[in-house]
Amino acid sequence: MSTLEIKGLHVSVITEEGAKEILRGVDLTIKSGETHAIMGPNGSGKSTLAYSIAGHPKYTITSGTVTLDGADVLAMTVDERAKAGLFLAMQYPVEVPGVSVSNFLRTAVTAIRGEAPKVRTWVGEVKAAMTELSMDPAFAERNVNEGFSGGEKKRHEILQMELLKPKIAILDETDSGLDVDALRIVSEGVNRVKSNQNLGIMLITHYTRILRYIQPDFVHVFAGGRIVEEGGPELAAKLEENGYAEYTTA
Amino acid sequence: MALATTNYLTPTGREEAWRFTPLNRLGGLHDSSVSLNDRISLTYQSLPSGVEISEVNASDLPSIATTDDQVNLRVRETVTQVLRLKIANNAELTEPIFLNRKVVGMAPEASRVLIHAGINSHATIVVENTGDAIIAEEIEIKLEAGANLRFITLQEWDSKAVHVARHHAILEKDSTFTSYVVTVGGSVVRILPTVEYRGPGTSADLCGLYFATDGQHLEHRVHVEHAVPNAKSRVNYKGALNGISARSVWIGDVFIKAAAQGTDTYELNRNLLLSDGARADSVPNLEIETGDIVGAGHASTTGRFDDEQLFYLSSRGIPAEEARRLVIRGFFAEIVSKLHLADVEERIMNRIDLELATVNS
Repeated sequence: MSTLEIKGLHVSVITEEGAKEILRGVDLTIKSGETHAIMGPNGSGKSTLAYSIAGHPKYTITSGTVTLDGADVLAMTVDERAKAGLFLAMQYPVEVPGVSVSNFLRTAVTAIRGEAPKVRTWVGEVKAAMTELSMDPAFAERNVNEGFSGGEKKRHEILQMELLKPKIAILDETDSGLDVDALRIVSEGVNRVKSNQNLGIMLITHYTRILRYIQPDFVHVFAGGRIVEEGGPELAAKLEENGYAEYTTA
Repeated sequence: MALATTNYLTPTGREEAWRFTPLNRLGGLHDSSVSLNDRISLTYQSLPSGVEISEVNASDLPSIATTDDQVNLRVRETVTQVLRLKIANNAELTEPIFLNRKVVGMAPEASRVLIHAGINSHATIVVENTGDAIIAEEIEIKLEAGANLRFITLQEWDSKAVHVARHHAILEKDSTFTSYVVTVGGSVVRILPTVEYRGPGTSADLCGLYFATDGQHLEHRVHVEHAVPNAKSRVNYKGALNGISARSVWIGDVFIKAAAQGTDTYELNRNLLLSDGARADSVPNLEIETGDIVGAGHASTTGRFDDEQLFYLSSRGIPAEEARRLVIRGFFAEIVSKLHLADVEERIMNRIDLELATVNS
């Protein structure tokens, strides 16, 4: 049982006009097996929250704490956060020319597990995970994210999540750019990892569409750099109906 | 014994062709007052059938290309015995031919090699340079009609080596020339890969890789002259620099003469600066005298590590140092993987890891 606890998180970025505060006091607790949907309009700071937890150097934490099972996440390097059990599925996965998917996956899994996986079981493990995500085996020989379609990039993110077995995963707009079939495949992948590994999920999205496939336990409305309303799945239905207008025009 | 030279001037560094080169570090290779030893310095283990290597009097084997490069002219004046490698017509060599540099010390020396690829022959030649030497070199390569030659030179020198070389390839019709210039060692290395087209249907693919660290000046000046119709050239050089005094120079001169209709050419140079102070000069140069061509283009980029790539890899648990290693191996993989020599590829990648790990203060 793991707990990611975010308390009073304030985050700034440096712009040409100086430091600009994006997150203005975020409080959120996610436990194993729970799915929290973070919903909000564009520019509300949802992605900043995701990248700040993962440790992107662009973001400066000005106050607040983030802990995973009591350990200070903000004191960890980016790779240490992943080793501690955090995973960020990115909205825009980055191309890494000349590095094959298979080499990348093996290097990452070796780093996370602390030892190289046994060759025989590893090949089967990757193959099985790829099959479940309807990925062509030839995919493993392509360079990381290079020339991938939107759907392929997102499947590749979920493939990594399946193999790296995090405790808490942050899915940043995983639904963006997916057609219905891809959305279903990716969502099934997320649900499978969740039930197999008792994963805790922070599901960041703008639209309610993905919530038809991934059932949230909690819905948080994010606006102006903080959570402005919380509820159960019924809150998503209300957002579907009314949009974010009431949160942004206040 | 070499005679005093008379028909060229010692470069001063003000000439366009020499303005980037640290002449005071050339060990006298360019200096008419310094005599060069005359010695054949390449050796070989075994030769497959279809290949013949011999030492020929220079007077019986004049150079086949013209040049105004001063060091090259000194080589021609100095060398009395030329190493000639002949590949028989129609020979299909499945295994590469390795030529190894035999180093005997730090006295400046000169070397001339002539490679002759027979009609419709198929071969790979690998020149391996290791150790420390001060050497000026001319390698001329003649591809007869329909020949296909892969020519690989590896500059894995030790840290004091000075190497100034010109590789001149002459392509008769329908021949295909591929060159890989890999320069990871040496104090000063200056290589001039040049291509001269003599017939249509010819193709040259010039690839290079260099990695300069502190104290290294690595210079590659590619010269491709399209003078006949329907020939193709591709140039792709990639470099990395790590260290405050690391220097690289890449010049890519591509000329499309009026007679060269149907030319298809593209040249590319990419540099990665891995530390402050490192300097990469990159000058692509395209001159076109006819508009009747298939395509002509060039690109040059010099930049730093992509932080987003490093973040992506680190966010998957990969430590920063290993992430850098993966990215740099990936950067060079495009060139290295095409060598199709497993041992050499592994050796170069390991050398790249070492160059990257060099601590830069």
